Amino acid sequence: MKTTYLFILLFTGLATGNVAAETSTINELLNLYKQQGAATPNAQAGQRLWHKTFTGTVPFTERSCTSCHGDDLKRVGKHVKTNKIIKPMAPSVNPGRLSKTSKVEKWFKRNCKWTLDRECTATEKANILVYLKQL
Amino acid sequence: MRSILIVIGTLLVLAAVAMPLVWSDEDREAWLEYGRVSTGVALLSSPVYKEECGSCHMAYPPGLLPTATWQKIMSGLENHFGDNAELDNETQTKITEFLVSNSANQSNYRRSRRFAAVDDKSEASMRISETPYFIHEHDEIPSRLVTGNREVTSFSNCNACHRKAEQASFRERDILIPGHGKWDD
Repeated sequence: MKTTYLFILLFTGLATGNVAAETSTINELLNLYKQQGAATPNAQAGQRLWHKTFTGTVPFTERSCTSCHGDDLKRVGKHVKTNKIIKPMAPSVNPGRLSKTSKVEKWFKRNCKWTLDRECTATEKANILVYLKQL
Repeated sequence: MRSILIVIGTLLVLAAVAMPLVWSDEDREAWLEYGRVSTGVALLSSPVYKEECGSCHMAYPPGLLPTATWQKIMSGLENHFGDNAELDNETQTKITEFLVSNSANQSNYRRSRRFAAVDDKSEASMRISETPYFIHEHDEIPSRLVTGNREVTSFSNCNACHRKAEQASFRERDILIPGHGKWDD
């Protein structure tokens, strides 16, 4: 009986630990963007930017986050050039998402440069982050 | 006549059984090494390489390109075949070291020796699929099976047909072209 309680305690401890880690990563990033001058994050603005189409060079003249991540973020996407499967973006189905600061920053840099042909601003990144985290 | 055959047969069987006992460990290692060498390219993995490069495409075995080509690719990641694949300096150095120290030039594997045989470094293409050895190996395949094949689309998707590409095996018997089947040279 005692061990059962211990296990329950241990598992709840681990579970909340994980959630806390993810939330802390997001908070850490939001703080960073705030320091960089980001406005108050807005999930709707994030959603609009995520689905916005930008003009690019041939062969991908129309570019958007959805080009690779697909329209339903709870499902897998497919790299537009290599066809490699990309795991879902929504943290509700893929808990590993948004859980590592350096990873989020790396992909923002790479993917904003490809999609928008420039780096994203701190406001844009904060907006996308709050849009994605609720999915 | 028959008894001679039986004697020879028995000797052969005995020789086969005794070989591992007579052979030194060194011989055995050399034999095993030769077995691997003959399969094609080395199977090597690096967690950082797999993570950074393998998230967008198959993490190509480093033995598929010569040193100079890997260096060229790694120094232009901002425009990586049309995609942005920028890395922080530390990661970039780590991956470059992994690729260069295991490149085709550094390998004794059969296919790597062929990939390394590119003398004109300035003219070397950055694409594995444009190297002379690759072209030599694929020139009989009709384009409808590759570029015209929705499940393959490009020669860069090794693993679409080479089902064991990620285990660094490119043997003919492991080839299965989607919508076509086995490939018979």
